[in-house]
Amino acid sequence: MTAKSSRPDTREGPAGALVSRRSLLGSAMSAPVMGAVAGAGLATPQRAHAVPLPLTPADTVDYYDVADSIVQTSALTMPLVDIKLGSDGVYTLAVPRLESGTGIATALAMMVAEQAQVPLAKVRVTSADATPELIYNQITGGSSSVRCFEPFIPALVAKARALAGLPPTTSAPSNPAQYQVLGKRVSKLDALDIVTGRKKFTMDQAVPGAKPTMLRMPTQIRGGVASVNNIAVVQGMPGVIAVVVVPPGGTVVPRQVGVAVMAETFGQAWDACRALDISWTSGTNQGQTDASVFGTLRAAIPPLLPAGLGQMVIDAEFTFAPATHCPLEVECAIADVRPGSCEIWAGLQTPIVATQAIALDLGLLPAQVKTHVIPSGGSFGRRLFWDPVQVAAYVSQQAGRPCKLMYHRADDIRHTRLRPPQVHKVRATMLPPTLLLPGNVVSYQQSIGIVRLDARHGYGEIGTALGGSLPPMVAQTVGNLGYEQFFFKTMVSSPYNFGISAKLLFPVALDWNTVSYRSVHINPARTVEEVVCDEMAARLGKDPVAFRMEFLRLPRAKAVLQRCVSAAQWGKAMPAGFAQGVGVHMESRSFSACIVELDGRDADNAKVTKVTLVIDVGKPISPSGIEQQCLGGIAEAVSLVLNAGLTIKDGLPQETSYNQYRFAKMRDFPKDVQIIIMPNAGDPIAGMGEVAMSAPSGAIANAYRRATGRTPRNFPLNARAAFTATPPGQLPPPATQTA
Amino acid sequence: MPTYSFTVNQQPVTVDAPADLAVLWVLRDQLGITGPKYGCGVNACKACTCLVNGKAETTCSIKVSAIQGKNITTIEGLANGDALHPVQQAWLDLDVPQCGFCQPGQIMAAVDLLTRTKNPTDADIDAIENMCRCGTYVRIRKAIRVAASKMP
Repeated sequence: MTAKSSRPDTREGPAGALVSRRSLLGSAMSAPVMGAVAGAGLATPQRAHAVPLPLTPADTVDYYDVADSIVQTSALTMPLVDIKLGSDGVYTLAVPRLESGTGIATALAMMVAEQAQVPLAKVRVTSADATPELIYNQITGGSSSVRCFEPFIPALVAKARALAGLPPTTSAPSNPAQYQVLGKRVSKLDALDIVTGRKKFTMDQAVPGAKPTMLRMPTQIRGGVASVNNIAVVQGMPGVIAVVVVPPGGTVVPRQVGVAVMAETFGQAWDACRALDISWTSGTNQGQTDASVFGTLRAAIPPLLPAGLGQMVIDAEFTFAPATHCPLEVECAIADVRPGSCEIWAGLQTPIVATQAIALDLGLLPAQVKTHVIPSGGSFGRRLFWDPVQVAAYVSQQAGRPCKLMYHRADDIRHTRLRPPQVHKVRATMLPPTLLLPGNVVSYQQSIGIVRLDARHGYGEIGTALGGSLPPMVAQTVGNLGYEQFFFKTMVSSPYNFGISAKLLFPVALDWNTVSYRSVHINPARTVEEVVCDEMAARLGKDPVAFRMEFLRLPRAKAVLQRCVSAAQWGKAMPAGFAQGVGVHMESRSFSACIVELDGRDADNAKVTKVTLVIDVGKPISPSGIEQQCLGGIAEAVSLVLNAGLTIKDGLPQETSYNQYRFAKMRDFPKDVQIIIMPNAGDPIAGMGEVAMSAPSGAIANAYRRATGRTPRNFPLNARAAFTATPPGQLPPPATQTA
Repeated sequence: MPTYSFTVNQQPVTVDAPADLAVLWVLRDQLGITGPKYGCGVNACKACTCLVNGKAETTCSIKVSAIQGKNITTIEGLANGDALHPVQQAWLDLDVPQCGFCQPGQIMAAVDLLTRTKNPTDADIDAIENMCRCGTYVRIRKAIRVAASKMP
């Protein structure tokens, strides 16, 4: 399937209607790319190189990005982070971040071990409870966690030693060649607990008296409950303890509305939820469909600037379906509310503001609410908001006993917070090649109409959260818009010198449940730019890799691409219906390049067969962890580019399970994956958690075009399989099979 | 309520439960065995996979009345004391897990596969439908192959 050819071949096999275009690509790519691969210079290219016009205005993200803002705000209280050295010689660091599978706990432990000059086994990492005195230093997001801690590791180790009455360690090695722990292959700290079933997630916590509770949610997003018509009947069902109508409310962000059932087991709570006869009220998006939403977003984008006379123009419009984070652990929380106190267990990316807001919800002082942050089964941005805690606390208060709340997967998909649906309009202008001058890129405009991104979590504490959420119950406040534009401006950049360039965000104040999603604004924006890159290259008669080499702004971006080109054998012969595709990306100071191979013989069900991903994270801490995050980025790319998107009908996503929302399963994931980590060359530490999505996303979309002849425009690209939707406002019954 | 008797990880147990209660909730809510996870309840994600009489089953989809007298093995019962099962050891050696939530189910599915066939093909592995949201599939595939050579 992925037959390897050691003979570089500049031509791809014939592929039906695509022959002419692909022949053009094939012939144009030969000299520059082979020259680059061989390192032999570019003495006799078929076309001369353009002198790229510098990115104008200059890219501020090169100098200041969203993680920098978190690094700075976290720094204020970093000395307060809890770290201790025990009499057994073990350092214990209570990390004020959520470990959701991204490996930050392991990376931080490795950094402590290196600094303290002890084996990794002598470092323990725990999850800090919500610690309000840390202020802005307990938010997990923006691929910032390891970047935040790295400068403070020496001080934290010194603090632990001082508390133990010991002097600071002699300084840890600064030469990477002398590292004892950093850069070495280790397994995740919790791997043994995971493979033995001992790792305890939120719903695995043994909280005395906490009773299983499920919530049935409305027929439309942000709909409501008019009446429950059979409460007495349901209250009499086996195992049922309480039925609680969860009304609108909530500080900072609105509470999820619905009808909750507390029972002896989740199976009985689910049965009882299904038995509820509820009259619902409409939501905020009644009648909305995919088409109506995209129409609204399209209309929000002002006209792009016109092209100059004689310029070649690419005008393109892209859509991205809404996506759900769908971490395998559904949204859940345990709350034990008593007179004058509340105790919470949940996986939270912003536990301080969650604690402060719940205190306001319950009429308690913040100090009366204690929140335990439990490592979660994935998050991907979803747990920046704490809606299950709001519901669990309300139900616990009403029922007068601890509540162990879990959303059903169906409602977790339908009423969850989404990566917002979006429309991108692009206009790229070029000077055509002439006999005397090579073609060149003059300008690149990309305008994005998007459902407003809810950023009312602020920097993870109540002040910045209220700054984004006043007045309450308004979906789009001035403060939220400010955060949104700030995040966009400090995250989304361009690795290319495309002359006069602008990426602009036009949020539309539709009241949907949205939240950051891994690489939220960056991934769609950069996927589009990578697709347009290939289209510009084709118009200028250049090979996609040669074009990128010519227009990339920064040496590290060129270096990862060059490494990738040789590892993936760019340009090798591919069977009919198969093609390679390339993507390059920079994010959070990391650089990545990806070449994929894609099987497009069935153009409705294209499939990635091979991925080569090269990443430069500056200072690699945990190679195995970096590879894992790259695998995660590839999984996102394979899924969101090809198969996974939600379908909106009458204000509600129709999908209710992983069989309908088609995130990649084993059979969808490429079998042949090579990840190459560039060696530590002394560059500063960069972000990791989100950065490996976009190079593969662009590469997959580009391979899709080259393999299928279809122009990638509406994501996900593959045909979506029909399914019978669970009726709105209902939950599916349990599946049955015989043992 | 009726009572049902079966073994879990070789320990005989008897539970009072409604006949149609899914085994997953008997394990988690009645017996406090939390290795098997809920991810969907409709046999789509398979995070609740356990062995029933040695065969992988999604316990969200089996009623307790169907396991009377049967032997259930959960992730907690796979190792022999401190000696990990070859599949667990391969998972550990290759650093497979990320968040870890799906991994008990993935491991049980792999044990079932390797019990059925010593040399699974790519197609056999592709037939495992357990959902992993973190993207550990490549390492799972490799770990199954490593474990295959070490199965008793």
